[in-house]
Amino acid sequence: MVIRCEEVWREISNYLEGEVDPALRASMEEHLRGCKHCTAVLDGTRNVIELYGDERMIEVPLGFSHRLHHRLADNMHGGRRSFLGWMVAAAAAVVTVGAVELASSVSSRSPEPRSEHAQPGVGVPPDMMVVVSEKGKTFHVPTCTFIHDRTALRTIAAREAMQEGYVPCIRCMKQYLKS
Amino acid sequence: MGDGVQHWNEETLIRRIRDGERDLFYELIQPYERRVYATAFAILRNESDAEDAAQEAMLKAFKHIGQFRGDAKFSTWLIQITLNEARMRKRREHVHMMEPIVERQDEEGNYIPRDFADWREIPSETLERKEVREKLADALSSLGDKYREVFVLRDMHHLTIEETARALGISTASVKTRLLRARLMLRDLLSPGLDANWSSKLSFAKGTKPW
Repeated sequence: MVIRCEEVWREISNYLEGEVDPALRASMEEHLRGCKHCTAVLDGTRNVIELYGDERMIEVPLGFSHRLHHRLADNMHGGRRSFLGWMVAAAAAVVTVGAVELASSVSSRSPEPRSEHAQPGVGVPPDMMVVVSEKGKTFHVPTCTFIHDRTALRTIAAREAMQEGYVPCIRCMKQYLKS
Repeated sequence: MGDGVQHWNEETLIRRIRDGERDLFYELIQPYERRVYATAFAILRNESDAEDAAQEAMLKAFKHIGQFRGDAKFSTWLIQITLNEARMRKRREHVHMMEPIVERQDEEGNYIPRDFADWREIPSETLERKEVREKLADALSSLGDKYREVFVLRDMHHLTIEETARALGISTASVKTRLLRARLMLRDLLSPGLDANWSSKLSFAKGTKPW
């Protein structure tokens, strides 16, 4: 089947999507072999799709994610309880419910770092509430997006986390690491 | 998908968020943050408006997570909310933009390419240059809304044709028609052999393509 340039242009997008039937595809390819103009249109369109489809084309302003999380935190807990209030409540819960357990765990657990590559924290506020997971090696702020195992998260004071051998997360606790 | 999310299926995350584990929402949206911002930017074409709209869309998604139905993907639902938020904001604030140069195109008529110069393959490393990214962004901005929206969802966010149609509330046939036009228009706008009219609108000087 012989087709004209206009028909090729009309179907070029579907062709690149792989959505033309085999007969039309064969006709287009035959036409393209002999038509420089249509080949230029095809190559250019393919270039456009490849360039814009690259992840680097999506740029977000510096600090976008941080500001977004901050605004979400304000609103998420704002209605019933402020984010700070939530942290205080979490701290209170640990103090009351976990007091006995904590006393025993501090004495029985080794303060050795859980990771041989661990970097101890510097200047970590001991009363800061952090989250840890049972199998994890690091402690995080509750909103950290690099917590890999959320199956058994506990909220405890940073002091206790360090006593249990947890070290600061290199992403969310970066300011407490030496380098 | 981000490291923290890969072990989690979105359905489980959504159920747990609904059950009160609110902080898991960060985990849920993390893979889509850039996409949400870029969608808002595609409509508003202004960084600070886009950021505000993206934040508002995320907040709405959180507040209405209970209404999310599993018949669509979470990402499509989130993009729909973002589109609505950005469009509403654009209407409300009467954003007066430079008239898109191709807004007058008739969707039904065939689009005829204007330029037939050969394109050599452009290496993706070219995108490391800010100047190139800006030129591409300028060309995209000059498209009419309906073409730009389809192009951004399909070719930049890699939604399927069906997901794009669902997010925009249009038929798959319309998505295909608009996509064809958007691609051909961008190709003409960025073609190495730009004619005087196009180059003046895009501030590309003839023969000084960034690639």
